[in-house]
Amino acid sequence: MTPEQIAEKADALYHDLDLGRVKQFRDEHPGAKVIGYLPIYAPREVVDAAGMLPVGITGGRGQIEIIRGDAYFQSYICQIPRSTIELALSGRFQLIDGFLFPSTCDVIRNLSGMWRVLFPEKYVRYVDVPQNFDPKVGGKFFRGELGHLRDDLAKLGGRPVTDDDLRRSIVKYNENRSAVSDLFALRNAAPWRALALESYLVLFAGNVLPVEEHTTLIRDYIAAVNASDRPMRDNARVVTIGSFCEQPPLGLIKTLEMAGCYIVWDDMTLSKRWLTQEISTEGDPLTAIAEAFLTHSHSNAVLYEPRREKGDALMDIVRRTKAEGVVFAAPSFCDPALLEQPMLTEALDREQIPWTAFKYSENLGQFQVIREQAGTFADSIKLWSPA
Amino acid sequence: MTTEKDRSMALQKEMIAGHFHALSKAGESKKKVVYTFVPGNLTELLHAFDVLPLYPEINALQSGMRKRSGGFITEAEKLGHSEDVCAYVKSDIGMLKAGNIGPTGEKLPEPDLLLLSYTGCFTFLKWFELLKRQYNCPIAMLHVPYQGDGSFTPEMRDYVVSQLKTEIIPKLEEVTGTKYDEDKLRAALRLSAKAEDDLVTVLESAKTKPSPIDAYFGGVYYIGPMFTAFRGTPAAVEYYQTLKEEVFARAAKGLGPVTPDGPMGAEKYRLVVEGPPNWTSFQELWKMFYDQGAVVVASTYTKVGGLYDMGFRHDPDHPLETLADYCAGCYTNLSLPQRIDLIEKYVHEYQADGLLVNSVKSCNSFSSGQLLILREIERRTGCAAGFIETDLVDPRYFSAANVMNRIESYLQMIEQRRRGAAPAKVERHLPVLGSEGSLP
Ligand code: SF4
Ligand code: SF4
Repeated sequence: MTPEQIAEKADALYHDLDLGRVKQFRDEHPGAKVIGYLPIYAPREVVDAAGMLPVGITGGRGQIEIIRGDAYFQSYICQIPRSTIELALSGRFQLIDGFLFPSTCDVIRNLSGMWRVLFPEKYVRYVDVPQNFDPKVGGKFFRGELGHLRDDLAKLGGRPVTDDDLRRSIVKYNENRSAVSDLFALRNAAPWRALALESYLVLFAGNVLPVEEHTTLIRDYIAAVNASDRPMRDNARVVTIGSFCEQPPLGLIKTLEMAGCYIVWDDMTLSKRWLTQEISTEGDPLTAIAEAFLTHSHSNAVLYEPRREKGDALMDIVRRTKAEGVVFAAPSFCDPALLEQPMLTEALDREQIPWTAFKYSENLGQFQVIREQAGTFADSIKLWSPA
Repeated sequence: MTTEKDRSMALQKEMIAGHFHALSKAGESKKKVVYTFVPGNLTELLHAFDVLPLYPEINALQSGMRKRSGGFITEAEKLGHSEDVCAYVKSDIGMLKAGNIGPTGEKLPEPDLLLLSYTGCFTFLKWFELLKRQYNCPIAMLHVPYQGDGSFTPEMRDYVVSQLKTEIIPKLEEVTGTKYDEDKLRAALRLSAKAEDDLVTVLESAKTKPSPIDAYFGGVYYIGPMFTAFRGTPAAVEYYQTLKEEVFARAAKGLGPVTPDGPMGAEKYRLVVEGPPNWTSFQELWKMFYDQGAVVVASTYTKVGGLYDMGFRHDPDHPLETLADYCAGCYTNLSLPQRIDLIEKYVHEYQADGLLVNSVKSCNSFSSGQLLILREIERRTGCAAGFIETDLVDPRYFSAANVMNRIESYLQMIEQRRRGAAPAKVERHLPVLGSEGSLP
């Protein structure tokens, strides 16, 4: 298959708000449960180990008209909770038996309680993640939380979740992480071949595909890209940051590429690649997941970083990817991303890395202003680059 | 105003002035200064180390009341802070850039430690990360787990206690050069519990008719010492005892609350209010209530620093565990169902006519989910629920005419309910700044 064909397949999954692929999973696995998870970090390994399908919930992707959702949120709250409620109230989540609300921000936190009130028949769990990185303190607490999740899912699924089940799932997700990291390496090496939009769609497909199938899709895409011949343009290499939760519309990613930016790194699909390294398959698997979280999490606006200065991680990414500039693309009203931004721009200014910033919402339909802004940014990078 | 009222007011004024004066002299007295947040604050522990606590949220609200916050916010936005984020942070940053002059006109000291009591609000994390860049001092982080499923489990308590032992206390020891003295902490906790008893009596006095207090606009003064630097001190014990006596005296005479314009007229409406107050037009907003005979009998904002009325008391016999329980039990650390249950209880126990939500743009911790709270309370209690929108300290989001209209229509709605009119016919306003509509 060509990269375009694979991307088309992923695109169909992206646009299927009725979760056809989830329905297929249920048909293929009678009685198996489906667990939805919100951004950002959810321990998908535990869900998979329980024989359930973890499904990433990423809002309405600008594809649904918000009718009921607006009645639950004031105008100054971001878009993702209202489209998520809209999807639920329009029956699109009927196939989902339970929901995980990871500790991300106050909006998702409060949404977990709203869910309990609105959908009392569904399983709901708030997944608290530690902000203390001492294995004996934060690690122990998180191990306990994971244990509760495992017990809950065992009860929901009507069968125990054994350590071996967990190890098997960890292996599967490690393979997936390795494929994702290869895809990012390829994007970095040849962004004109592994296009940001295609690669986004391929990663996004991991929201609904069983993990092995998703790994295969990524591998197929990498192989197809390697076999393809695409022209290299004189684009600026940029990192985009701030889109870890509410997702930008596809048009925005396309606009950045068309405006002359090669996106060599982004945080758009962070929930699929939160951990930067493998989880160990040795010892107690839940402890291994907890420790991986403590030691191998991506630096992020919602995570406390006692060991590093803010901006260091972004500078590492910029250097590693040889990015020439940074684009801050954050959802409107996203407190974590927007409060983080001044700390990151300060670090970039210190290192004289050019940056530009804009806000979006998942249902943004007009990209003219962003196209102009990104185009000017890309041009200025090209104009002033030493080459 | 009565003389009794003056006494507690005078006491509080004196306490606050004394505290800010001590802060301004911290350099000379060599006292260490710890910045921290109101929800989940560890004031008793700070007293045990003899350090001076300073609360940036209080500075922000004071800036709001002194009409300085608008300028500070603009300044912060010029420096690259988004218009979308919590205005408390921007007001604080703006104040810092303008020389860090505190509410009493004296310069505030720089922190020796940023104690990030991470309870009930994600913005706290970003706020202190931002401050850390301004001050060359350590941060101590206390992560308090959220009561997502409506409980604070023994594992969660252990987690918080472990952090106190391995992170907070060692950092306080390091900064102060003093060893942790548990007896000192116990003594402070004992004083806290005493003051807490009296605060609860004051708050619960609103169950009588007419209510001798306003538990929102007046309430923010009542909680001031308890939620900040004075918990665990003899001064707080004296303040609450005095306040209790004054409130009892008013109740015995069948008097209502004392407002900035003097004693309030006849009580016509009894309301429960959810959400923080607006500080930039605080008195104007209060007047919109008392001019129409509306008294707030219970509020959720006065629980951001602890739900003492639900039975919690600091317990000197379990000093670290009680600090953990305290942190976990602050209002914004509660799940939405817990918040709804609490408000429902208030509506019933305080015989309220209904719930009024003040949704502030700044605060996702409060605002996100408030519309569901509103619906649920209306559904469960049959009482009228209404909605106004303002901000904490950003004056751009206070439209007096709009707020007044909404309050008036809300009070009319209560009247209609009293007359038995069909509730569904009453027009309400969609929660969109600057626009109107009706809730489906
Ligand atoms: S977009 Fe930002 S504010 Fe909104 S739910 Fe996600 S993290 Fe929270
Ligand atoms: S978001 Fe709310 S609780 Fe948090 S700092 Fe701002 S006003 Fe306070």
